[in-house]
Amino acid sequence: MSEPRLQRVADQDRRLIEITVDGWAMSAMEGDTLLVAILAQRGFLRDAPGEPMSAGFCLMGACQDCWIWDDDGRRLRACTTYAEPGMRIRTTWPDRLLAS
Amino acid sequence: MARSTARILIVGAGPAGLRAAEMLAEAGLSPILVDEAPRVGGQIYRQPPRVPGFMRTAGELYGAAADRARDLFVAFDRIRNRIDYRPGSLVYDLIDNRAIVARDGKSEEIAFDALILATGAMDRIAPAPGWTLPGVYTLGAAQIALKHQGCAIGQRVAFVGTGPLLLLAAHQYAKVGVVPAAVVVPSHFRSFAAAALRLIGMPRELSLGLFWLLGLKRRGVPILFGHRLSEVVGNESVRAIKVRARGEQREIACDAVAIGYGLQSETQLADLAGIRFAFDAARRQWLPETDPLGRATGRKDVYLAGDGAGMLGADAAEARGRLAAHALMTDLDISHVTYRPKVDLAAVDRGEHLQQAMRAAFDLPDDFFAAVSDETLVCRCEQVLAGELRGVAGLMGARELNRAKSYSRVGMGRCQGRLCGHVAAEILADKLGVTLDSVGRMRGQPPIKPVSVATVAERKP
Repeated sequence: MSEPRLQRVADQDRRLIEITVDGWAMSAMEGDTLLVAILAQRGFLRDAPGEPMSAGFCLMGACQDCWIWDDDGRRLRACTTYAEPGMRIRTTWPDRLLAS
Repeated sequence: MARSTARILIVGAGPAGLRAAEMLAEAGLSPILVDEAPRVGGQIYRQPPRVPGFMRTAGELYGAAADRARDLFVAFDRIRNRIDYRPGSLVYDLIDNRAIVARDGKSEEIAFDALILATGAMDRIAPAPGWTLPGVYTLGAAQIALKHQGCAIGQRVAFVGTGPLLLLAAHQYAKVGVVPAAVVVPSHFRSFAAAALRLIGMPRELSLGLFWLLGLKRRGVPILFGHRLSEVVGNESVRAIKVRARGEQREIACDAVAIGYGLQSETQLADLAGIRFAFDAARRQWLPETDPLGRATGRKDVYLAGDGAGMLGADAAEARGRLAAHALMTDLDISHVTYRPKVDLAAVDRGEHLQQAMRAAFDLPDDFFAAVSDETLVCRCEQVLAGELRGVAGLMGARELNRAKSYSRVGMGRCQGRLCGHVAAEILADKLGVTLDSVGRMRGQPPIKPVSVATVAERKP
């Protein structure tokens, strides 16, 4: 796994929650956006076929660079979606899209 | 119109939208305040989530602007129960006097008698090879990560660009112990120093700027004026940047880059509202046209406030919010407390003066944004290279930006040209040898941000 991209520097005394990313358990802090939850632990957000790796860009919901999916294939904008306990996240194309 | 029945919609809960809402609420009105974020403040006063463990004070979050932020939040708390505040809501289309709003995966229509657009601004980018590598963020993103989430975008961050936010963001990072790898400014120090003289009448801004600059110097951060970013180096992650000055190139190791060359207005909704736009030569951007109070040209029921109507900064935005609310109530014949626009008009003038000084301080040559090599990505959504855009310039009538977009797909992706639109215009105009205004601007298209078909279809009753 790649080096964490984001560095937590403040407000770190928060409740830990568990999410699942590409089938792997990952812990996040309550109040994390999905972007932060994932990039605090690795270097990229999305690695989908046919495009370069992505780690987001504007963090304000404007550039749409940080799209990921949930296990049902629903698209999520990682910089404006908060991590919730039990969330099941995909960072590459959902299987049903790859299969088609 | 009777005050109780006027249906007023405000889009955006930053400094401008909040002050407009406050003024309307104090006149006994109950405006609808729609905002994409879960909490008020806009990007400049972005708040952490309302979750236990976010403990930082306004002073820690907003530094020298802490009092401003606190006042704004207090004002909001005071009017909170008198207005119809709808966070987490995106206005994605305007049809006549109806706004189409997405919230929680559903759409709803809000009919309005008057509309105040306070849509804010975002970073202006200049592409360089490697700018789409993971680890490169906007300057705004670097600040939002810190303010909203208590995170830095890396451990050794290079700050590249122009404007006061560049120095402020670098200063904020240094303050939390993430000492910048460098601050790279393409404009020259002599412009910066000369412009300081223009700020003698604004000692607060002048001393703040110097405080940030000297603080960075004292921490040993290289401040490289007159250096342009020539490349972001890395493979799947930023490893370094290459910068050059007068033909000499140097490499600076870093694991993240924050880029921003000032801010540009978010004008998509103004466009959909059918407001007339005018070209602002100094900002090099097409902007919605208004009178000094914020009345839109071309539509009687629309008002603009804040940085969405030309970047003037947060303090001026508060003033412009009140001015727009005042104009609106005057036009609708709604009596309101004695309000003298003079003070706020002076604040707007101050903002304009400050912006002029900043443009002089961070003076860029006219061809700066067009000087992109053919192999550089311009449009990150659609992976369009500058050379591909140049290739369609003039082709079959592509002397206008929307035609060039059709041929090259530049600006056709999911950000809808927010990041690349201005660069594409610069490149096209430069290639054709015409003025920037003559290539036009990318048209706003609904939905102004991607919305799922399910969200469009799912109507709230």
